[in-house]
Amino acid sequence: MKAFRRLRRNFDHGVHPAHHKQQTENLPIQRVPFGKDYVMPLGQHIGIPARAIVTAGERVLRGQMIAEPGGFVSTSLHSPVTGTVKEIGDFRGVDGRFAPAIAIEADAFATQQVGAGTSIDWEAMSQEEFIEAVQMAGIVGMGGAAFPAHVKLSVPDGVRIRSLLINGAECEPYLTTDHRLMLERPEALLEGAEIMRQKLGAEESVIGIEANKPDAIEIVQKHIQPGAPVRVVPLKVKYPQGAEKMMIKSVFDVEVPAGQLPRDVEVNVNNVGTIVAIADYFLRGMPLIERVVTVAGPGVTYPANLIVPLGTPVRDVVKFCGGLKPGTREIVMGGPMMGRPIASLDVPILKGCSGVLVFTEEQTARRTEYPCISCGRCLEACPYFLNPSRLARLSKSRMFDEMKAYNVFDCVECGCCTFSCPSNIPIVQLIRTAKDDLSHRKEPDA
Amino acid sequence: MKKRDPDLLLAHAPLLRQGMTTPSVMRDVLIALAPATAASMWFFGLSAILILGACIGGAVAAEWLFADKQARGDSLRDASGILTGLLLGLTLPPGLPLWMAFLGGFVGIALGKVIWGGLGHNLFNPALLGRAFLLATFPIAMTTWVPAVGDGGFLQIYPSNLALPFMQAQIDAMSAATPLGLMKFEQEVTPLANLMFGKITGSLGETSGLLLLLGGVYLWLRRDLDWRIPVSILLTVVVFSAVLGLFDAERFPTPLFSVFSGGLLLGAIYMATDPVTSPVTPKGTWIFGIGTGVLVMLIRVFGGLPEGVMYAILLMNAATPLIDRYTQPRVFGRGGDTK
Repeated sequence: MKAFRRLRRNFDHGVHPAHHKQQTENLPIQRVPFGKDYVMPLGQHIGIPARAIVTAGERVLRGQMIAEPGGFVSTSLHSPVTGTVKEIGDFRGVDGRFAPAIAIEADAFATQQVGAGTSIDWEAMSQEEFIEAVQMAGIVGMGGAAFPAHVKLSVPDGVRIRSLLINGAECEPYLTTDHRLMLERPEALLEGAEIMRQKLGAEESVIGIEANKPDAIEIVQKHIQPGAPVRVVPLKVKYPQGAEKMMIKSVFDVEVPAGQLPRDVEVNVNNVGTIVAIADYFLRGMPLIERVVTVAGPGVTYPANLIVPLGTPVRDVVKFCGGLKPGTREIVMGGPMMGRPIASLDVPILKGCSGVLVFTEEQTARRTEYPCISCGRCLEACPYFLNPSRLARLSKSRMFDEMKAYNVFDCVECGCCTFSCPSNIPIVQLIRTAKDDLSHRKEPDA
Repeated sequence: MKKRDPDLLLAHAPLLRQGMTTPSVMRDVLIALAPATAASMWFFGLSAILILGACIGGAVAAEWLFADKQARGDSLRDASGILTGLLLGLTLPPGLPLWMAFLGGFVGIALGKVIWGGLGHNLFNPALLGRAFLLATFPIAMTTWVPAVGDGGFLQIYPSNLALPFMQAQIDAMSAATPLGLMKFEQEVTPLANLMFGKITGSLGETSGLLLLLGGVYLWLRRDLDWRIPVSILLTVVVFSAVLGLFDAERFPTPLFSVFSGGLLLGAIYMATDPVTSPVTPKGTWIFGIGTGVLVMLIRVFGGLPEGVMYAILLMNAATPLIDRYTQPRVFGRGGDTK
């Protein structure tokens, strides 16, 4: 039975949204031309914001560090363009709030090239030096969370990592950035994987790819040197296959205990984009100054997969794609299941932004909410086996403390519950409200 | 001057939904019941149409009367009132006076649903509550069964249908016994083929087992139905009667007779599965189904009544919150078995 389950490469529960990837999955990655204005928020990763080390009026080169880490769980920023620092001040962020950022005006006459070929002798580096180098390269998790990559690499004493798991599931509908990266840069992916594997001291690298990308599975497999400690594992197409704990369950048939991290089951999970960024830095000397973004959705004139310099306003990206179609109602950064809506086209592309999705009336129409009929579909969708129906009811009554007994903090907000609810109850949104309230409380006796 | 940007909404992810909504689920159940409803009209003629219409009318009237003025449209549009009326009607004897049917539908919604706070909040299945009310209030009319339309043809109406409110209903002499009654009180077995195709005496909807099963399959294919509940109820009944058969095959009903007689299929497929009044957890639905099956058999075989589906489901409805509380799913990464 167990062997049979392992053949299925699956986790329990989850949902099957239409994947909508036809729009962009066959479009090669293009480079967006350089524009004029760039905004680099200091807090575009999870953790402590970076500290600016340039001043207004200073000339900066593309790839030059402009902000240093503000602490250990923090990372650095680099200028995406050659140009002049215009201002260090508050700019509107994705969530609509103003936050400190560095504004840079590109030099219209600069060639905007990065000194190519300056590879770094990573093999000679110690573990600590390597971790610091990753932090100095500004590399974060590129799948969407933007968690500083070096923090995951710092494994405490006594813990060993057996496997490096590379996440190529891309289970969010519409997004095709990891798919295209795997198709177009399999060498870089495998190079980066080898660097990471060696520095983690892991025995093998495993690349998990959803089975709806057979071309990616084939190309990556073809590039693996015979005898190399890398294998590709095709995964069942199901959302959220790319959630790291789900993927560990699918690939290794192990549940990461609640409240613990993948390293507690001897696995380190990294996104395909992160691994390519590692290769670009250590083999080609390029810090994280640009990323691949899928621009898609029913409201985009010409959908595309683009290399976008960080800090580029969404406005320029959308303009490059032929502009917005009439009837555009909402723009989301990230995927349609977990992405964040943006309030303004002036918001810049950030390190964790895998997609710019433009939706029209059809997806955003107000849905009549009906009472919960306890049908249990959310229970059968929740990959963490929570009871979303109960959690939503408690949240509606503002009984947030009672929700802790129903393990509300195990929720990763994947949105399967809201997706599956026939009564259109915004379940995950209600859970988010409660989590937010609970985590911002001051404990009186703490 | 910048070109005007579109006004952007900030609706939170996920923006995608599966296509099913609560009203569409209710509509699917109505579609699934259509063959059995048509069969009831075939067997009982105009009387069936009148009784079903009176029940639906009573249910919708209560729904409309007690709804908030603003929410009136929504609570009628979700079709749950119509469904309650139809389900109640299918459990009634064909000769029931129409005013009683209307009252049953009205009370089912009023006391079975509205008073609890509306759709989603009720403890008991409204249709069965309406039926329980009728059985307690009009025991004679509710247990007088008439045979299916004979020579009179489709347009025949049972005279008792038209009895005036609060007048002594004219219970005619044409009464007959249901297969379960025959079994219990006269030890007479009805042939299985009659049970399946409907040539029996009984309530409007319980005459044709096969058509009810057909609707159940449709609901299962449309993913509108928690298959665990009917499967566990029917399996329990089969096992229970098989075990009884080992003791005394003459005295106790055969498994197939148990499944196809009375309101078991109607109850197991369409009433016990009411999501509101059945447990939400997968483990809980098994307990609920097995409990219902056991109670049905206990009441039928050892109780004073020939039929026990209604009380079995209502009793298990009452136990549902408790079942839910003790069958919370195991959380991912917190040990134990996956189920």
